[in-house]
Amino acid sequence: MSKKEYAFYPGCSSQKKASAANYIVSVDSMCKSLDIELKPIPDWNCCSASISYAGGRELERLALNARNLVLAEQHLPGKDIVATCAGCWLNARECKEKIDGSEKLRADTNTALKEAGLSYKGSAPVRHMVEVLVEDFGYDALKKPVVKSLEGLKFAGYVGCQTNRPFGIAGESFENPLYLDKLIESVGGETIEKWEHKVSCCGGALAFPEPEKSQKLIREIVESAYDNGADMIVTPCPLCQANVEVYQSEINRTQGTKLNMPVMYYSQVMSVAYGSSVKEAGLDGHIIKPTKLQEIASKAETGKK
Amino acid sequence: MEKLPTTHMTASAGNTAASTRYHNNFLKEVEANVEDGQWVKMCMQCGVCAGSCPLGPHWEHTPQKLFMMIRAGKREEVLKSDSMWMCTSCYNCMARCPRKLPITHIVHGLAAYAHQVGLARKKQSTRFFSVLFWNNCVKTGRLNELKLTMGLYFKDGFMAGLKQAWVMRDSGRQLMMAKRLNPFELFGGHRCKDAKGITAMLKAARQIEEQQRRAAS
Repeated sequence: MSKKEYAFYPGCSSQKKASAANYIVSVDSMCKSLDIELKPIPDWNCCSASISYAGGRELERLALNARNLVLAEQHLPGKDIVATCAGCWLNARECKEKIDGSEKLRADTNTALKEAGLSYKGSAPVRHMVEVLVEDFGYDALKKPVVKSLEGLKFAGYVGCQTNRPFGIAGESFENPLYLDKLIESVGGETIEKWEHKVSCCGGALAFPEPEKSQKLIREIVESAYDNGADMIVTPCPLCQANVEVYQSEINRTQGTKLNMPVMYYSQVMSVAYGSSVKEAGLDGHIIKPTKLQEIASKAETGKK
Repeated sequence: MEKLPTTHMTASAGNTAASTRYHNNFLKEVEANVEDGQWVKMCMQCGVCAGSCPLGPHWEHTPQKLFMMIRAGKREEVLKSDSMWMCTSCYNCMARCPRKLPITHIVHGLAAYAHQVGLARKKQSTRFFSVLFWNNCVKTGRLNELKLTMGLYFKDGFMAGLKQAWVMRDSGRQLMMAKRLNPFELFGGHRCKDAKGITAMLKAARQIEEQQRRAAS
């Protein structure tokens, strides 16, 4: 495999000691196995997520996201911009489509960007990490670095909302996207192709201001995973990971349930299959410990391809 | 047509000015002031959005109904409603709308407008959270997660904040041990080098938008 380089937009939750710190650790390990180099966009800023619609006006949010596109083009010209966070990807891509598609919005955005000494003249495509894996590598290529077996484990691929809608990944259906299942299968995992809550919302940003409403959604997702025999849930979104993992104890406390379903990132599952240690795959960064996956990560390599 | 005041309008002055200018034509007001508002007239009232929303039952008025209410001139009922604040940005409605309305954006835009003219409910928690999040992330260009959480917990006062923090104490401790929560973030966290440039840029963006809104009168 030849080396592939991308302009990297990690997003706020993937910073050191932030809520998705383990995600980025596992992405680093996974990229090592795939000979991917992610070069962070220098001085990248927050995308303001999906919640800032009342706090920040349209042009402010456009300017904020455009700044990242300009910095990427300036420092890493021509390299595709890759985000690991679903929200960051969505915001950056929406911004690009809006300012590329409207002379007026582009001009206004540039007037604002000028105050930061920047100017938008177009940018490389904005992609999510999973798009890169599926489109630039393909499921067959992703099999190659596998050295450990995931046999005996059943994974519920939880696609959720924002990697799925409105843009979708690799032309997959909005109602039953299969890319996450195929990613897991390519590294030897068994998946549940049809489970009721594969694309259900976890509550997203409303997990904070509307906890009961969001926790009801989370409970349904976790119970559905259990009902379908899953050992763990796998997700591509840092907010889903945090919401679905962290609130299980709160749901247990208030509703008398006994939920204890590990929630992992696709990159963690892939890293383990590629031979990463517990630490390298970020498996030590969880509240609900992924014991079965940790066991596999601690075992010697089986050499399975 | 009366002229709008040129500098910082209070929400209530803005509301009076807007309702006067757009008297009896709420749809026009929405088209002029709400992000993607010009799409509202394209709704064919099929109801797929209402049926697809994960928090659907919690909307006093579903998106379908809101669009009809806008067309019926129900200004106060729409802008005072908690409904649009129930949107989690899941985009299910947008993916399924047969007319391709950017419903998520319209609904957010309605919420934002209700906030701007001061008609949104003062204690609406998502309204509070949206403003809190934005102010937090633009301060240094990077979100300070701990300050965000504390800001939300303590919004109803000191005791309420302590209570919330206590309820979540195990999760907090475990996240800290998992190296996904940094208590020192309270004293400052990650930041952009050019935070000043970002501030200047955003100030300019707001000025442009306000100028354009006034010029459209």
